[in-house]
Amino acid sequence: MSFIVNFPFFSIILAMFSGIISSALNGKWAKRICILMLGIVLGLSACVLYYTVETGTQFTYMMGHFPAPWGNEIRAGVLEGFMATFFTLIMILSVLSGLGRIFSDVEPTKVNLFFVLVDMMMSSLLAMIYTNDLFTGYVFVEINTIATCGMIMIRQNGHGILAAIRYFVMSQIGSGLFLIGISLLYDITGQLLMVPAREEVEHIISTGAYMTPFLLVIGLISIGLGIKSGLYPFHSWIPDTYGYATPAASAILSSLVSKGYIILLIKIFYRVIGFKNLFQTHILDILFVFGIIAMIMGSIDAIRQRDARRMIACSSVAQIGYIYMGIGLGTEAGMVASLFHILTHAATKAMLFLSVASLYEAVEGKTDYDSLRGVGYRNKLAGFTFLVGSLSMVGFPMLSGFVSKAFFASAALESSTKMYFTWAALVISTTLNATYFLRMVVNIYALPQEGESVRGHYFLEERSPYTKTNGFVSIALIGLNLFLGMFSNHVVDLLMKGLSMF
Amino acid sequence: MSRIRDDYDNSRWRKIEDWIKGEKDPMDDTMEIRRPLDDNPDTDVQITEESLERTTQRLYKYVNRAYNLFSVCFCITLVTVMIWCITFMPAFGDGNNPVNNEVSQRYIEKGLEETGATNFVTGMILDYRAFDTFGESCVLFISTICVQILLRHDDKEKDTVVNRELTRLENDRLFEPKNDLILQKVSCVLVPIIFIFGIYIILNGHLSPGGGFSGGAVIGAGLILYLNAFGFKKTERFFTDRTFRVITLSALSFYCIAKSYSFYTGANHLESGIPLGTPGAILSSGLILPLNICVGLIVACTMYAFYALFRKGGF
Repeated sequence: MSFIVNFPFFSIILAMFSGIISSALNGKWAKRICILMLGIVLGLSACVLYYTVETGTQFTYMMGHFPAPWGNEIRAGVLEGFMATFFTLIMILSVLSGLGRIFSDVEPTKVNLFFVLVDMMMSSLLAMIYTNDLFTGYVFVEINTIATCGMIMIRQNGHGILAAIRYFVMSQIGSGLFLIGISLLYDITGQLLMVPAREEVEHIISTGAYMTPFLLVIGLISIGLGIKSGLYPFHSWIPDTYGYATPAASAILSSLVSKGYIILLIKIFYRVIGFKNLFQTHILDILFVFGIIAMIMGSIDAIRQRDARRMIACSSVAQIGYIYMGIGLGTEAGMVASLFHILTHAATKAMLFLSVASLYEAVEGKTDYDSLRGVGYRNKLAGFTFLVGSLSMVGFPMLSGFVSKAFFASAALESSTKMYFTWAALVISTTLNATYFLRMVVNIYALPQEGESVRGHYFLEERSPYTKTNGFVSIALIGLNLFLGMFSNHVVDLLMKGLSMF
Repeated sequence: MSRIRDDYDNSRWRKIEDWIKGEKDPMDDTMEIRRPLDDNPDTDVQITEESLERTTQRLYKYVNRAYNLFSVCFCITLVTVMIWCITFMPAFGDGNNPVNNEVSQRYIEKGLEETGATNFVTGMILDYRAFDTFGESCVLFISTICVQILLRHDDKEKDTVVNRELTRLENDRLFEPKNDLILQKVSCVLVPIIFIFGIYIILNGHLSPGGGFSGGAVIGAGLILYLNAFGFKKTERFFTDRTFRVITLSALSFYCIAKSYSFYTGANHLESGIPLGTPGAILSSGLILPLNICVGLIVACTMYAFYALFRKGGF
């Protein structure tokens, strides 16, 4: 056993511990500890990824002195290592880029609390990725939910608090359904750890006893986690939540939090229920239909928005729809496409939210469509980042969005009934995406009309001290997007390898 | 023959005339004009009574009614499905149920020997599945953080509306009950007993029913009773913001470090070197007693902190 097997545990505990000490520090030190922690966790996760790829193995890690069905356990394979590395990278970039706004949006005495929330959220994301135990999954879902609420309301204005209440109500319904699902599953299997629970599930399928509760369990868990990740009919909290939080929080919420729940759901599908058994229950068809509706309705909602951030938030609904559509296809290829789209969306949405925040600063905090006219000339880098992000979301070749759309289209080939629906939805959704994203791009690059000066001022001197960090983050995110777009075959290889280990 | 109108200014004809002349828009009073939402933190979401009335009175009334009807139907369906499902569940208390498997068997048969705790439940939550319990304590921790973000009142020096209101209320002693003699005398007797009972529950968590969560809740209730009887001035002599921070920080850090050590040694198959002691003695069962104390402290502080934050936004 190599020492590296300890690293998943180290990264979870480190994130929690830094959250605990940050509560007693001031804002500046909390920031330093948070960034240091994220850096170390990034390194540790990369080591885990390297180790699992190199040896081609997966490992379980006993949390305590007692083996699997008695004690808690975490597990790491290629997929877990990769997701942990990727999520930490996005988290670090989002926090770095939002630093300036964090210090101006949050009351000075409460800045450290924001970093406590970031630390705890990181730990919960890591635990949701690595967990091999259903109840551990639930506990960290709770931590994630509460941390998210804190992040939404930390600006302490009316919009934020209203959005937090909405989020909390919806999210608690989701948690509740998920908890009922887990309890029922425990009642019929007698196990909380994933591997023994899987054996019991096979037993249930073969004997046919308790089939009805088992179906209800699948439904409750899927819908519970679906609500929490913002699947279409339960998406009403998304625009407010993402639209009014501080930019770093918006980026973290849309690119990581909802994805964490999806990863947990995929993990439960594969490791507890079994993908084949799932396919027979038709719950996947329901997810597929919800996904398709989300792809179209989310985009239509986005077209109606005037505020750029709310527009991007509504677009998230559509992107979550893509992911669920891929899962709903019920094939290995569809699942890989969904996982790839999780990466795409995480990288791109963070980029869009952060660049829009910079664009707003360039027009002195105005948020409506008309004030953003021509802003791309004032803050060139942010404008360019927004352009790249929009193109990626629309599906421009070489960028990651194109690749994930291509994967979805080719994955649909394997399923004869769902093929035409998928293609139609992809075409319609892409057209709608292009409508609102390119309209915004054209707007921010509009030339000032005759006799109209460029509105607002934007001088170099007035920029915050974080401009350099912002620039660095923008370039890093653009690079990440290009990497996902151009070297997608390596990434997909990793994802396939990870899925086959599940 | 037409009637002569005395208020020509308000007549419909006059409105049309105004509109044609371009003086007044006839839709002025009927249309809801929203100003663009700005992100200024000072402005709140404003729902004026007029706009609320207008929305509820017209079309939305029917939509709302349909929506309510639909929600009720949906909930009833969900409840029916759940209740229907219960008939398929394993019978309650049957020995052949799936939950009576090797997992609970080992907890019961070997629990005493492996954890040293006479109370199996404590042994289970603080030793077998200690990682989950650490997560639960962190849920408490992060919920106090969120309540602090929402309610903690920091800028006490500034002359804001909130602060003026707070001083006014403080002078009125609205925050604190009048010096109620009955309450004070009763709590003089009760509070020490409650504290001792809470401490007993925590310290005997591994021996008898109880543990950190329940004992901490009892101590928290005692603190709140004391606060209600004697007011913030008296409690601030021993429990301030700083005390809260020190206690939570040290308890959670100790939990984190101790359990990390235990997880690390367990996973790498090393000897932890923590003695389990004689089962049944107060100093036994390894880490469970100190962990129970930590959990108890966290729970007590959390309860008191919630109460103080909700009542006056600080300690």
